[in-house]
Parts: sequence; structure tokens; C-alpha cells
Amino acid sequence: MSAPVYIAGLGAISGIGNDVAENFRALREGRAGLSAIRYLDTVHKNTFPAGEVKSSNEELAERCGWMGSDSRTAMLGYLAAREALDDAGINGSVAYRTGLISATSVGGMDLTEHFYPHFLANNSGGKLRQVVEHECGAVTEKMAAALQVTDFVSTVSTACSSSANAIMLGARMIRNGLLDVVIAGGTDALSCFTLNGFNALMILDQQLCQPFDQQRRGLNLGEGAGFIVLVSEAVAKDLSKPAYAKLTGYANANDAYHQTASSPDGTGSFLAMKGALEMSGLQASDIDYINLHGTGTQNNDASESTAIRRIFGNSLPRMSSTKSFTGHTLAACGGLEAVYSIKAMEQQCLLPGLRISKPVIEEEGVMVNEFTNGIPVKNILSNSFGFGGNCSSLIFSAI
Amino acid sequence: MSNTSPLYIHGTSRISAGTTWKDEQQRFRHPDPKTESFLPALYHALQLNYPKWYKMDRLSQLGILAVDLLLKDSFNSEDYDPSEVAIVLSNSHSSLDTDARFVEQLADIPSPATFVYTLPNIMIGEIGIRHGFKGEQGCFVTAAPDVKFMEQYVQSLFAEGRTKRCITGWIDLFRDDYEAVLFLVGPETKDNIIHSAFNKENLYQYLYHEQGAVN
Amino acid sequence: MSREQLIEDLKRQIVAQLNLQVQPESINADEPLFNEGLGLDSIDALELIVLMQQNYKIRLVNAEDGPKVFQSIGTMADFILENQAEQN
Repeated sequence: MSAPVYIAGLGAISGIGNDVAENFRALREGRAGLSAIRYLDTVHKNTFPAGEVKSSNEELAERCGWMGSDSRTAMLGYLAAREALDDAGINGSVAYRTGLISATSVGGMDLTEHFYPHFLANNSGGKLRQVVEHECGAVTEKMAAALQVTDFVSTVSTACSSSANAIMLGARMIRNGLLDVVIAGGTDALSCFTLNGFNALMILDQQLCQPFDQQRRGLNLGEGAGFIVLVSEAVAKDLSKPAYAKLTGYANANDAYHQTASSPDGTGSFLAMKGALEMSGLQASDIDYINLHGTGTQNNDASESTAIRRIFGNSLPRMSSTKSFTGHTLAACGGLEAVYSIKAMEQQCLLPGLRISKPVIEEEGVMVNEFTNGIPVKNILSNSFGFGGNCSSLIFSAI
Repeated sequence: MSNTSPLYIHGTSRISAGTTWKDEQQRFRHPDPKTESFLPALYHALQLNYPKWYKMDRLSQLGILAVDLLLKDSFNSEDYDPSEVAIVLSNSHSSLDTDARFVEQLADIPSPATFVYTLPNIMIGEIGIRHGFKGEQGCFVTAAPDVKFMEQYVQSLFAEGRTKRCITGWIDLFRDDYEAVLFLVGPETKDNIIHSAFNKENLYQYLYHEQGAVN
Repeated sequence: MSREQLIEDLKRQIVAQLNLQVQPESINADEPLFNEGLGLDSIDALELIVLMQQNYKIRLVNAEDGPKVFQSIGTMADFILENQAEQN
């Protein structure tokens, strides 16, 4: 039996709130954060709804206490990571070996998009300051410097499963005795690059998305950041408040089917869920709730539901996709949804998915469509699947 | 750690500046090292016969070639279940070569086939599709190959018990600069010739020394 | 433009845009584009939509219409001719 890994702190920022408490309140009250695009400068402003964080770059910079020249991705990431670290009550007074593992798919692309038009018009135009954070790792470095984390800093980039993989990597480093504390999760700002790209793939919904509904038409993009603080058993005992939960299982597998589409039989997601269950030592029937990847595209939801049926047979746990609130936050979704899952366990409740009229999984009561209190929730499975066939599943368990 | 049987490097491949090596032997060499002419020349030299290769971005093309070179004569796919083969790669330019192409297209109608390659892990997906590998995969962006990290990460992967073989290394491409250095890693098996121990010293030797003599 | 000429043009454009390793002349205008036949996939379908937009100024708004329009090069040519007629 390997050393256990505990979750001691949570941090979140998304279209439904600026911190964990605001996010949870929106989930409880059934308030989605999807609306016409307001902060991103794009010709698609009124075509595609999105889950933007409701703050300008200037406002975010002020909250960070930064100069205002940093990538939105770095600011969102810093705010959520800072909240998670404060929540854990780790303030640097004890010298733990601490790492930051952050996932992102766009990095500082948002600033590069400000730079490019000037530069294209004139070879010596544009402020070079705007491209120094272009590269994904530069965003993590900026966050690490502000958090004063120096022992280990790394960036994971595997599309929409990135932050689940960041959490996996953090857990491994703790289990192998390489670090005591890891701030792990992901951050992605909305950018024209991703909006135009997903539009080119014709998988954006012009209405509000309907994950796991038979009438689903595609996904809404979102932005945000979600981080959790992973700690070793020794650190968990040391901290002033009890840890939230344990990370008992994780696995990653490749679908090996297509660059972007998931296989019809859900091979990759099946292998990821199966691997995580095996590691946790739990039976499929021990899972109380699944936070679905549930993007709202025809392809993902069909493939994911097929894989879930292969694992769980006729005894399906209750499940929902919180992307119906936040939109798809890409590299941040695994981190945000880890925060949501752990909060659901702490509060002993089930989080709803919105706008489902004809569920993909039709059995009565399986799809959670309203906030449900007073439910014993001991084990939660959270799925994150990415382009490139990259599929990851995490299992959080009550202590 | 639960399971720490020693790991070995069962094969290596290297592609850089118009030249390729398999294990320690220099193989194919092309007079024009430019990416545009070298990659198709190597494709023909390796006799891949995989028409999908032409539809990939250049990073994926390089990755496919480096893996085919690595696995040839060193790997028998029938010995492993698809979920037992892992792929862990890193590079410094991520998918920048393709990102730049996509940004150029934004003024007109952007190509969906270009967009799908604007992530470095699509290369790993392509490798998985070609060989049917369904095990764990990871893609890390670092300024230079981090041998200490590679050693620890791959070891912990094997320690968890699902993985029997791992393709790991460095695959980087931007414009006319490209470099691929791969290792096939696994515990000792009866019918395999052992090349050398999998440790950061040997990784360093191979990654940071031209021609990559592992000794 | 005649249907025959359009079909020959489409063959060349598709081979170029999708980086196919076949001779344009060897494609049969009635053979299926997807799965069997040319073996195209969903990303190729999106590329065909872009191709029609760029070369013929014809937009396919609903991806669900794709399978019907992109059955073969012949059906693609018919769709283009119909829509060009409407535009004129």
C-alpha cells in the first residue's frame, strides 16, 4: 500500500464566481455563468455564449497586486492557487518541500493576440513585453514567483485533461517522497485562438450548452482556474485544520482512435476509470457521484456514457456535468471540477447539471438535475478527457 | 514505492540535423537537413507506408519517424497488452511550429486540420493511433531535457504496476530546428539484449552528447 | 462550368487540401469519400467545408448536412451547382 495523499486546500475562479465560496453558491442556486462575450475582443462576441470570469484584466491585476502587464491566464491561476494555499493554512512558517504543478493549454496567448496586430502592421511595432509570457511554462513561472514556490515548478500540457494530469503528477511526487506539499491544478483564459479553433471544428453551441442531453449541440467555452493543495500524511497531521479528503485513485490512458474525436466504445475513458478504480481498491458500486467530463458535444457525451455503462453496468452512480455552469474551461476543468467534487463531499450533497430535458442516460434519477442535500457521499469519480485521446480519471474519498 | 525492480534502456533513437541514429549506429543521412525536405526523405528511407503521415503536422511527423526508428527490431507488439505501453515525452517549443501556422490563417478561414495539431500531446495521440498503444501518456514542456525528472517520473510509472514498456524522451521542432531523442525503457526480460541501466547519468550522456554513445 | 469540369477540379483540390497520397484521376466520382473509398475522417469533413467556402463561396452551416453533401465527389458537385444557381 502506497503512502496516502491528502487534499488540504481548495481554490477556484470561474464564470460562476471569484472564489470557492462564490462558485459553490452558484452551483447550489443553479446559476450558470454563461452569457454573451464581454471581455474578449472577438467578432464572435454575440454568436457564441461563453463562461467568462466577470472581471477585466485591470481588475484582476489589482486583485493579484500585480502591475497589469501579465497574461490573464497567469492572473487567474495565481488567484486560485493563492486561495488554495491560504485555505490549507500553509504560510511558509514551516519549510515544507513545496511544488507548483500548473496545467494550461493557451498560456499567455491572450497577450500575444494583443501584440500581433501591431507587429504585423509594422515590424518594429507592438510591445515585446506582451510576448514574454506566451509560452505555457512562463505563466507557471510567474505564478510560482508570486507564490514563492521554488522547490519544484512544472507545467503540464495535455489539452483538456491537463489539470487532472497535474494533480496525478503532484500525487506521485508526494507518494514517492519527493515533495511534501504540491499546489496542483490548471488555468486557461479565453482567447481568440481557442474560440476560432473550436469554431473551425464546428463543435461550439450558439445556445447554452446541454451536456448529456439527447438534444445537445456542442460546447460553450469558459475560462478560469482551479487548484488543490495536495499534502503528505505527515503534513496533513501537522496542519491546523483537518484535510478535506484523500486522493485514492488516478489513471491515465490513451484512446488511440483519432486526433480529436473519442472512440465510439469509449476505450480511453473506460481504461482511465478502470485504472483509477483498481488503484483505489474500490468496487464500482462504491462510487457515489461522477463529475462527468460532459462537454456537450455529440461525440464526447456518447463515448463517455458508453464507457460508464461498460464500467458500472446497471448500477449507475448519480452523475452530472458542471460544465453546464462554467462552460468548458479546457486545461482548467480538471482542477475546477476537483474543487467542486471535494466541496460536494465536504457538504454531503450532489451538484446538478443544468438544462437537461431528455437525458442521454435515461434511467430514473441517474442524472442529477437539481442540487441535492443530505446525501452520503464517500467516493467521487471525476473525469477529464482531452484531444490527442488523453483520458484521465481521479477518485476522491472521504477520510 | 511498492515495486522497484531495476529498469533498463532497451533501445534508443536520435534524429537531428539531417542525420539519424538507431541505438549507437548512425543510419540515414540526408544532404539537405531542412525540415521540409528531410522529414519526407526519412519517411521514404524508413519505408513507413502510412499515408496518414502526410496529413499530420511536422511535430507529429517527426514523432512518428522517431518512434518507428526506435521500435524497429527492438519491440514486439505481441508481447504487450496495449494498455501496458506508456509514452512520456517532453520538448521546449510545445506545438509552436503549428500554432504559428494557425495564427497566420486566422485572417482568412482557419483550417480545422491545422487547429487540431496546436497541442503537443496530439503527437502522442498520433503515436498511440499508429501502434495501438493505450497506456498512460504525458507531455511536459521544459526549457531543456530534465533528466532527473524523466528518471523519477518514469520510475514512478513502473512502480504503479500498469506499465511494462515506456517510450520516453525529447521531441522538439520549430521551423528548421528539430531534435528527437527517444528511449525504450522497461524491466529486464528474457529475450531482450540489455543496453544499459535506465538512470539519469545514462540519459544525460545520451541526450547531451552528439552521437549519443551510451556507455 | 460543366459538372464534369467541376468534378475534375474538385478531385485536384481535395487531393491538395487533404494531403492525400493518391492521383486525382484515380478517384471515382461516385465512390464514398468516408470510411471505405477515400477513407476520410471528421476533420477532413471540416476541411471540405472550408474548401467549398474558399473556392466556391458556398457555406455549409449545419454540420449535420455534411454526410449527405459529402457522400461522394459527385454529390459535392451537385450541391455546389445547386447553390451557385441559387446565388445567381
